[in-house]
Amino acid sequence: MKPFARLRMVLGRIGQALPALFGVIVVTFILTRALPGDPAVYFAGPAADEASIQQIREALGLDRPLYEQFVYYLGDLASGDLGVSISTGQPVLEELARRLPASLELTLGALLLSLAVAIPMGVLAATNPGRPIDHICRVIATAGVSLPTFFTGIALVFVFYYLLGWSPAPIGRLDFAYLSPPPITGFYTVDALLDGDPETAVAAAGQLLLPMITLALFTLAPIARMTRGAMLQALGSDFIRTAKAAGLSQRVILIRYAFRNAMLPVITTLGMVFSFTLGANVLVEKVFAWPGIGSFAVDALVVSDYAAVQGFVLTMAMLFVLLNLLIDITYTLIDPRIEAND
Amino acid sequence: MTDVTAFEAGVKPRSHIVYILTENPVSIVAIAGFAVIVFAAIFGPLVAPYDPLATNASVSLQPPSWAHWFGTDQLGRDVFSRVLAAARLDLMISVAAVGLSFVIGAAIGSAAGYFGGWTDRITGRVVDTIMAFPLFVLAMGIVAALGNTVENIIYATAIINVPFYARVARAEAAIRRNAGFVQAAKLSGNSDIRILATQIFPNALPPMAVQASLNMGWAILNAAGLSFIGLGVRPPTPEWGIMVAEGANFIISGEWWLAIFPGMALMLTVFTFNLLGDALRDIVDPRQRT
Repeated sequence: MKPFARLRMVLGRIGQALPALFGVIVVTFILTRALPGDPAVYFAGPAADEASIQQIREALGLDRPLYEQFVYYLGDLASGDLGVSISTGQPVLEELARRLPASLELTLGALLLSLAVAIPMGVLAATNPGRPIDHICRVIATAGVSLPTFFTGIALVFVFYYLLGWSPAPIGRLDFAYLSPPPITGFYTVDALLDGDPETAVAAAGQLLLPMITLALFTLAPIARMTRGAMLQALGSDFIRTAKAAGLSQRVILIRYAFRNAMLPVITTLGMVFSFTLGANVLVEKVFAWPGIGSFAVDALVVSDYAAVQGFVLTMAMLFVLLNLLIDITYTLIDPRIEAND
Repeated sequence: MTDVTAFEAGVKPRSHIVYILTENPVSIVAIAGFAVIVFAAIFGPLVAPYDPLATNASVSLQPPSWAHWFGTDQLGRDVFSRVLAAARLDLMISVAAVGLSFVIGAAIGSAAGYFGGWTDRITGRVVDTIMAFPLFVLAMGIVAALGNTVENIIYATAIINVPFYARVARAEAAIRRNAGFVQAAKLSGNSDIRILATQIFPNALPPMAVQASLNMGWAILNAAGLSFIGLGVRPPTPEWGIMVAEGANFIISGEWWLAIFPGMALMLTVFTFNLLGDALRDIVDPRQRT
């Protein structure tokens, strides 16, 4: 029975993600049609004349009724057609696909770093309530959510690049002196290691470190706060008292009983944290000239390259829906209560 | 239920507020900071030592000094005056955005909680769809679609904040839809709209207010983030986000004061609002303290 209960729940979560995905597509469709003035004029570009605008209008199906346009839009999405970026002249999908690994490397690196710091911090604060470590945790948590990511990034560049000279110039993923490693995973640090080139790996990691810390500082606060709250609640519950009465060791109580249960609400919060991270990612990429999809979208926004911006919004939203799905599935897999119910 | 706060537990409201404020001295700091920010927003342009837009090529890129507390920028404009003058615009954008999302969120949230059924399902689906986007990214998309103006920054920030208010209002309305006083109001012949406005909404107000003050700092960060990437506010208008963006170009050559001072102003403002939100939550709902 056990594996089936979990499998059924996992399938249920996947089913729940579908309406969200559909909603995301509807909203991006509305955003595409809500362009100020005539969308055809924008998609035709600044140099277009009346005839080519009309041609674009027919090509995009803008002369058709709205529901029909939506069906065409779905068809385009299904075939991976997100339009052509007017600033680069390349299909938007290609542009995004080429830049996505850079963004993922930064985002995932930052999340791992902030989890590695925030969870122990929250646990320490919860096991020592009212002590200095608890107060420090609280101050960091409140200060952390007040930090404008773009400003933290600039301040870190000033201190670690200009004043101390420890960090390389904020000019993207790799200094010009190095050749980018052969693409396997798309993550420069990993690829360089796989390629057996530790020197390039170290250089890439050096470039990655500062933007990663900037992003991690921002996500540290909510995770630490949630871990502390969840740990406090778990430690105060009946099953911990029972475990203590049964004479289990402090270590077993803390890790196997309290921590495992406290992780459930923390994993749920991760969804919200992802939302913030993907947004903050755009700002951090801009500060560090990081060649990801965020800085691509910012450049596109400035020159009114709408197809590129909408493609970016859609990609980010899909990424977010999938990440949330992943979180839900993880939650289902580690929830100890499911076993108990069987 | 949640209506039972310290107020009804026999503690006089005023002494409870005084207790909260004196027990946590940080709240006093937050209120002082809030006063400074409001003062800057109202009188900033009047008390600024220089015209925030006046350029003066002879004093360009000077480090902080007695004449120019925060230094001067590449056009010789006084950074201190610009930081001060920017408070009004930054606060105006975020107050307008939070106000809008408060009103919209309260309306759709309490309607959903009170009527239930299809109203609830449809508004719930809309709210869930907004939340399915990374919110800052959605704001970027909205501004791109509606056009690059300050008003659209306000609308975009308002839209991404609506779900938070709608959820609070819905929860507060749903637990009271069958309460005695609501049924009494219904029996005395009040319309649904009237009951929503006079019976349901006033009860949802305290948690909504807490949500608003907790949300304020985030709204400021979002608006400043949007102008940092070049949306909405245009130079030479003084605004913190855009000042940091312009100053960023000078950071690697060592002219730190261009970006650091407006960034600090932004950070301290958000910090103040977050502390204030925490203090307000402690007053309204003491059990929520973390």
